[in-house]
Amino acid sequence: MTNLVSVPDPSAPTRAGDPLLEVTDLSVTFPQRGGPDVNAVRGISYRVHKGEFLGIVGESGSGKSVSSLALMGLLPSSARVTGSIRFGGRSLLDLNDRQLSGIRGREISMIFQDPLSALTPVYTVGDQIAEALLLHDFALGKRAAQARAVELLKVVGIPAPERRAKAFPHEFSGGMRQRAMIAMAIANDPQLIIADEPTTALDVTIQAQILEVLEKAKDLTGAAVVLITHDLGVVAGHADRIAVMYAGKLVENGTTTEVFAEPHMPYTIGLLRSVPNMQSAGTERLVPLEGRPPSLTALPRGCPFAARCPIAIDVCRETEPGLLVHGVAVPNELALQLPGPARVDPALAGPTLADLLEVEHVAACHRSDEIASGLLTRADVFPRPAPLAVRHSEALAAAEPVLSVTGLVRHFPLTKGGVFSRQIGTVRAVDGVSFSIQAGQTLGLVGESGCGKSTTILEILEMTRPQAGRILIDGKDVAGLGRAELLRLRKDVQIVFQDPMAALDPRLPIGDIIGEPLTVHGVKPDARRGRVAELLDLVGLDPQMADRYPHEFSGGQRQRIGIARALATNPRLVVLDEPVSALDVSIQAGVINLLEDLKEKLNLSYLFVAHDLAIVRQIADTVAVMYLGRIVEYGPVAEVFARPRHPYTQALISAAPIPDPVIERSRKRVLLEGDLPSPTEQIDGCNFRSRCPLYTLLADSDQALCATVDPVLRAHGQVETACHHVERNDLAISASLAGREDELAP
Amino acid sequence: MAFYIFRRFVNYFILSAIATCLAYVVASLALDPASKYYGRNPQPSRQTITNILNGLGVNPDVPVLERLWNWIVNLVVHGSLGNTVGGTSVVDQIVSRSGVSLRLLLIGSVIGAVVGVTLGVWGAVRQYKFSDQVVTYGSYLIFATPTFVIGVLLMIGATALNGAAGMQLINFTGEYSAGLSGSWWDLTADRAVHLLLPTLALVLIGAAGYSRYQRSVMLDVLSADYIRTARAKGRSRNQALVRHGVRVALIPMSTFFAYSFGTLVSGSIMLEIVFSFHGMGEFTLNAITQSDINAVAGSTLFLAVLVLFSSTLSEVLYAALDPRVRN
Repeated sequence: MTNLVSVPDPSAPTRAGDPLLEVTDLSVTFPQRGGPDVNAVRGISYRVHKGEFLGIVGESGSGKSVSSLALMGLLPSSARVTGSIRFGGRSLLDLNDRQLSGIRGREISMIFQDPLSALTPVYTVGDQIAEALLLHDFALGKRAAQARAVELLKVVGIPAPERRAKAFPHEFSGGMRQRAMIAMAIANDPQLIIADEPTTALDVTIQAQILEVLEKAKDLTGAAVVLITHDLGVVAGHADRIAVMYAGKLVENGTTTEVFAEPHMPYTIGLLRSVPNMQSAGTERLVPLEGRPPSLTALPRGCPFAARCPIAIDVCRETEPGLLVHGVAVPNELALQLPGPARVDPALAGPTLADLLEVEHVAACHRSDEIASGLLTRADVFPRPAPLAVRHSEALAAAEPVLSVTGLVRHFPLTKGGVFSRQIGTVRAVDGVSFSIQAGQTLGLVGESGCGKSTTILEILEMTRPQAGRILIDGKDVAGLGRAELLRLRKDVQIVFQDPMAALDPRLPIGDIIGEPLTVHGVKPDARRGRVAELLDLVGLDPQMADRYPHEFSGGQRQRIGIARALATNPRLVVLDEPVSALDVSIQAGVINLLEDLKEKLNLSYLFVAHDLAIVRQIADTVAVMYLGRIVEYGPVAEVFARPRHPYTQALISAAPIPDPVIERSRKRVLLEGDLPSPTEQIDGCNFRSRCPLYTLLADSDQALCATVDPVLRAHGQVETACHHVERNDLAISASLAGREDELAP
Repeated sequence: MAFYIFRRFVNYFILSAIATCLAYVVASLALDPASKYYGRNPQPSRQTITNILNGLGVNPDVPVLERLWNWIVNLVVHGSLGNTVGGTSVVDQIVSRSGVSLRLLLIGSVIGAVVGVTLGVWGAVRQYKFSDQVVTYGSYLIFATPTFVIGVLLMIGATALNGAAGMQLINFTGEYSAGLSGSWWDLTADRAVHLLLPTLALVLIGAAGYSRYQRSVMLDVLSADYIRTARAKGRSRNQALVRHGVRVALIPMSTFFAYSFGTLVSGSIMLEIVFSFHGMGEFTLNAITQSDINAVAGSTLFLAVLVLFSSTLSEVLYAALDPRVRN
């Protein structure tokens, strides 16, 4: 651990001079009509220096977005904001809306989460960027503003910017819209860019592109960046400093390296330990961080995290800890230069809070001293659950597969016209997909949105004759089955949906929801009640809760209810459609662990659809990578992740952020160009050619092969890959691996 | 774009044609033009009545589809809609009366739309504040009041005003003062004063509906992310609301204008009666009371054409406002 701390970050700016932004004791309260106030932000203080990159991390409802909207003065007028926000020598809270409008977009600009709705649909993208310019520069003419908008679009990497500037937002993909947002944000060379979850709605490959553009924008303008996110992986590679928020409070603040290597606050420790790391996933169990954040309308006395904290002591439930420097022997020169003792009691006169914020690392916990000094190891705070006793899946691998899909095809006709419609194209959603799942095994199906993952699982669940190919469930071809046989077979295949909020009928008690599949299969009410209690117990919920309604449960609990419903009929195969992507990071680990336990206990097979590669690596035995309706790589998880052979798999893996700043900063990235092509396009040869990073490196003669011949899956060791030039990819990987080792060895 | 509008126009054209034919059939089945003659004293001979009915093309002994066919052929070949029971040409009647109705309808609906949109936006921005509540309750009151009551109330108010002023400030009977002579300007001013109250009534009816709808659309738009983006760019609150908010909120309104036009037309029929305007409203109502099938079919055709044009106009407006439907 110590060697990690000693790795200096060459890009970290100096924290000398006056800070650019100084937030002191900022609180935001939303009064409710006829209810208690919502204390969204409760006295947070932090500083951002010129050119600094601050990451604010927290779960939904932690107050991270509200606090940044308060900076911009964009909160609804009902919000009560107290404290002080000083930016460039001015107190922002004392300015009126007109004065703030002069600062917004010129000195501070903001990038929002959902690029689909953040642009006005009725104006062209070019006009909207020009608007940002014209608002702050009255001397600039319309024509000059348009020209500058085109330039900005070029800077953020939008191809054919002259043409795209005249396009409307709906003609842009999500990634391109976010680029346009960044162009707008940097239009006036701001000093501070606030990015509120800028990549959350995007695919990993696009996320990597956007983070790259954001980094470039920061370099171009020299602006400081405040990046708000729930994804520790996203900040690990980019942020200089990290502030962790919980229940409206800042609970830890320090340099990225320190916070990741030596977190002092149990919540941070729990978060870091619960996130699956793509480098280590699958080798050990995830550390769950149970419970949910307290309600912001009725905060408990004492530390808000105490209820979830495994090391909470009496004092934690009595008084809320302040943000302090911890550790007697701070392994950091800066901290040693502090005037006064490193451990500061707020009651003592001495360094003020503002001074403390200049210190590298502060945390709000009564027991941080013990953690910092090593008396309490981080592994003790959140111990890793014992590994499962048996993993008998290998033993059964030879048996007949539970699910076997061969050459599955699903094309949708694309029609035009109302009454006399005619086919003008074909959407090749699934275009010849084959895979199989053995009993007790998990197949991870990964790929960008629009690659055909969902259509594939819907085809399987529909259990009708596919357009082409065969679907065998338990060795039975679904094409030839009658109604009664289908009903029986449906028992064996169940699904867990992505959004646990939308997947449960809000008007049914959860006992009825879980028991509903049993009514379909004619189970008597008494037996049903018994089974529901059994299932609730199985997924770790109290059977007494069967009469409650879905809204009384947290997201994680609701997903457990969804899992219990799927298990009601004793299925052999469970299709998991992004089962944790709608959940907060801290909740994900608990659900993943539950799924792993259930698989072992009940000998289930999973078809796990996900875009989060770390989670796939954690839970899957086999992985299938999909691109434009095809599987491009298929093989054992460990092998595919260790040695990805297809350039697309390489790009996916390299795009997925790893929550470890040392790895993130040093690894080589294979960035994909552009977006997923439309599945209506008829592409000759390899359909990945247009984005392939390898294709551009190839000699003309080799490129000709890619352009004319459609690659089929070929075995390379244990892995099947659909690429003509796998051998060259091997070379490319070893080159990049060598490069990484060089960088890691100073 | 032009093709899109053209296609929609053809759509509406077919719908209007179907509506008119249906109206002809329904009127033919429901109205009994012969009864009027049987009730006369002395009663005309059966032969005379049959001749009159045949001359009008409304003899109930002829199958209704045959009569419809004759009516259509007559319309297409001669541009004629037949005669009224009074013996005048339906087309002539429509031509002479439509100006009165159109003036009232056009001015009333345009002002009503502008006022309604403004009030709706204002109410949304000031949600739950006192002014919003006033607009809300006011529009519900207008909804709940029958059109002719609104007309009569306005008349009572105008009478009181005239009494208080001691002179005839507002004239509200008829379309113009009979026997008035003077310059073109005097005549126009006289017509405008007569138009004031019915237009005001129509504006109230229109604005009440539009403001409710605009308010709810605007409330959706107010919480939209792109308003926040515009604010983050440096637009002030009001600028962002108008340039980015109202602009987008008008898109669904353009459809609503077309569909609420029917309500306004029926409102204006009532108002024409109340204010003794000799317009299409009076014509339609008289046609029904006199069991005049040709006149009913003719006025339905007139209304269908109005709706046809207002719908097409709203399509043009929609396409102009929303780039997403243009291609």
